[in-house]
Amino acid sequence: MRASLFITCYNDTLFPETGRAVVRLLERLGVELEFHPQQTCCGQMHANTGFRAEAFSQAKRFVGLYRDAETVVIPSSSCMAMIRDQYPGLFEELGNEALRREFTALLPRIYELSEFLIDRLGVEDVGAYFPHRVTYHASCHSLRGLHVGDRPIRLLSKVRGLELIPLENMDRCCGFGGTFSIKNSEVSSAMLAAKMQDVLSTRAEYCTALDNSCLMHMGGAMHRQYAAMRTIHLAQILSSTEGSPAEGVA
Amino acid sequence: MSEAFTPHPILDPRLAPPFPTAALHVLRNPQLRKNVSHATDVIQTKRARLVAEKTDWQQLRTAAAAIRNQVLENLAGYLEEFEARCTAAGGTVHWASDAAEARAIILDLLHQEHASEVIKIKTMTSAEIQLNPALEAAGIRAYETDLAEIILQLGDEEPSHIVVPALHLNRSQVREIFARTMGLESLTDDPKALTAAARNYLRQKFLTIPTAISGANFLIAQTGSMAVVESEGNGRMCLTLPRALITLAGIEKVLPRFADLEVMLQLLARSATGERMSPYTSLWTGVTPGDGPERFHVVLLDNGRSSILSRPTERQTLRCIRCAACLNTCPVYRQTGGHAYGSVYPGPIGAILTPQLMHMEYAQSLPFASSLCGACYEVCPVKIDIPKVLLELRSQVVNQERVQAARFGDPMFIGMKAASTVFASARRFRTAQWLGRIALRVFTGKDGWIHSLPGLGAKWTQTRDLRGLPDQSFRRWWAARGKGER
Repeated sequence: MRASLFITCYNDTLFPETGRAVVRLLERLGVELEFHPQQTCCGQMHANTGFRAEAFSQAKRFVGLYRDAETVVIPSSSCMAMIRDQYPGLFEELGNEALRREFTALLPRIYELSEFLIDRLGVEDVGAYFPHRVTYHASCHSLRGLHVGDRPIRLLSKVRGLELIPLENMDRCCGFGGTFSIKNSEVSSAMLAAKMQDVLSTRAEYCTALDNSCLMHMGGAMHRQYAAMRTIHLAQILSSTEGSPAEGVA
Repeated sequence: MSEAFTPHPILDPRLAPPFPTAALHVLRNPQLRKNVSHATDVIQTKRARLVAEKTDWQQLRTAAAAIRNQVLENLAGYLEEFEARCTAAGGTVHWASDAAEARAIILDLLHQEHASEVIKIKTMTSAEIQLNPALEAAGIRAYETDLAEIILQLGDEEPSHIVVPALHLNRSQVREIFARTMGLESLTDDPKALTAAARNYLRQKFLTIPTAISGANFLIAQTGSMAVVESEGNGRMCLTLPRALITLAGIEKVLPRFADLEVMLQLLARSATGERMSPYTSLWTGVTPGDGPERFHVVLLDNGRSSILSRPTERQTLRCIRCAACLNTCPVYRQTGGHAYGSVYPGPIGAILTPQLMHMEYAQSLPFASSLCGACYEVCPVKIDIPKVLLELRSQVVNQERVQAARFGDPMFIGMKAASTVFASARRFRTAQWLGRIALRVFTGKDGWIHSLPGLGAKWTQTRDLRGLPDQSFRRWWAARGKGER
C-alpha cells in the first residue's frame, strides 16, 4: 500500500519526532510512504480565527497537491477535522464546482492516523512495546469532530508493557483552541489549570493524544510546573519497540 | 416616547468590556469560580444521568430540531396563526420591532392599568430590553418573583446563567443578602430557612400587586396558548393571581402544534435542570372569565431576530429553547461564569446570539470566546451547531477588521496575514522555519525550553513554557533520509 503523509505545519516545525515516528510505524507495517515537499498548512488556524479567504487558498492548495494520492495520512485530528468538516463549506461558498468535485473524490481517501491504522490497515496490534504508565486525553476534534471513538484506546491497549491509566473528564478541553490561547490567554490558562489537575492526578509518566497541539499546551504547563510527567504523541508510542524505544524515551 | 434611564452595564452589550477583559474579574475571584464550577458540575451530572435513561434521546433531538426548523421556515405564518387564536381567546397581541418599542408598549399598558408596582416571572427577554431600569425611571417598582431573581434583585446582582440566574452565588452569600435586605439577623443558611424567608417576602407581593409581567417558554400557534416552565410555583402564582398579565416573548418562541410540547418539554426538563419533568408547567390560552387574569397582553419582540432569520448559517441560533445545557458543559463558561459575556444571554449560545442581536455592531469579542471544543453542540437538544455559527461570526468580525485602519497596528491581524503569505509557498515556509529557529534561539534556555517571549508570545509564556524549535524540521529530515537511503 502507498500513502502520502500530510505531516501538518506545526508537526513539521515543532514536532518532527512525531513525523519520524509515523514513518517508522507505517513502514514497519508495510506501507510505502511518500512526502510531498510542497505541502504547508491545511488552513485550520486561519479558518478558526475568521480569516476565511486565507483558509480558502490553503484548502485549494491541499486539494491540488493530493488529488492523485492513493491515500493520505495525517497525524493530527484537528487538521483532519478541518479538512473533513470545514473544506466542504469553504468550497461551496467559493462556488468552485470543479474543486468541490475533486475534493469529494479525494475525501474518502484521507485518514487521521488512528483511523488509518484501524479502518484502512485493519490492525489494532501494531507490535509496539512501551513499558510505561500512560494516560490518554481525548482531544476535542478527535472525539467530537472526527468521532474516532475508542480507536486510540484499542490501539493503546494492544501495546505491550503499557499500563493505561484512565483520565477523569477525559473529554474536557485543555483550553488550547489555537489562537484562542493567545486572544483569551487568561481564560485559556484557567482551563489548562483545571485540565492539569485531572491529568497530573493520574500520576502517569506520559500523557498522550492524537494532537500535538493539545500536547504542546499541556506539555508547556508540565514543564513550567516541574511536573514528573511528559507528553508524547500516540504515533511515538506506537512506533516504539523492545529493541528500539521511541525517540527521547529512556 | 422619550426615555431617560440608565441601562445596566453588565447586561448591556453596548457598554460591556470585551470578553477577555470582562473575564478577569471572575478569574481573579476564587470563590466565584468555585461556585460556578460546583454548580455546573451538579447540573451536568444530573443531566447526564437522565439523558442516559432515554433510549430515544438522539431521535428526540432530531425531532426537536425539525420542529424548530419548520417554525423558522414559516415564522410569519405561525405568528399570524398564533395572533388569530390568541385574539379569539380574549388576548391582545402587540408587535414590537425593537427594545425601545417593546418598552414603550409595556409602559403604556402599565399606565392603562394604573400600575405603580408589578410582579415579574421568568422573563430574560425583559432583561434583553432593559425593562427594569426603564420601569424604575417611569416610577414603577418591579418585583422579581423567581427565587433566584429575588436573590439577585435584593442583592443588587445581575443574572449569570440562563436557567439558574444566581448560580454564581452560594448559600451563605444568599443568607447574607436576605438577612441584610429583609432585616432577618438570625437567619441561617439552611435551605429551608432561606426558602421560608423568600416565601414570606413573596406572598405579600402576590396578594397585593394586581399586575404581572411574564416571559414564555413556548407559544402555540395552533391554539394561541402560552407555556411557562418553572421549578418553584412562583410562576404559577404570577400567572394566575393578578388581574392583568403582560407576557413578553421573542417571535421565535412559537411552536406549530400543541402536540409539539411532547417533544420539547421532555428535552427541556432533562437538558435544563436534569429532571424528567419540570415541577410546574403552566399553560394558558387568552382569558377565562372568573379564572385568572381578566386582561391578557402578549408583546412579540423582534429586536434583531428577523435579521438572524434571513441568514442561512446563523438561522439555527433561533432554534434555541434556553435550556442552558451548553453553558453547563462549556469549559470556558465553567471558568468565567456568565457576567463576562456582557449580556443576559451568556455561554456558548450567548456568544452567538448576543452579537447577532446587536447586528454585529457590538459584542464582537464574543464569537472568539470559545476554544471550539464542540461540547455545546453535543449537548444541544435542538442541535444548534454552535461552533459552525461561531466560525461564521468570526469571519464577519475579521471582515469588519479588514477595512479598519487599526488592523495595521494589530499584531494578530498582521501575523495572520503574514502566515497566509508564508503558507502559500513551500519555499517561503522553509525560510520562515529557518528564520523562526534563529529568532527563537536567544529566548531558548540551556534546557532547550523557552520560558519567556515578547509581544504576543508573552500571552503564551505567562503560564506555559514552549519547547525550543528543533534543529531539523521533518521535511529536512525526510530530504536527508532520501539522499542517504535511496
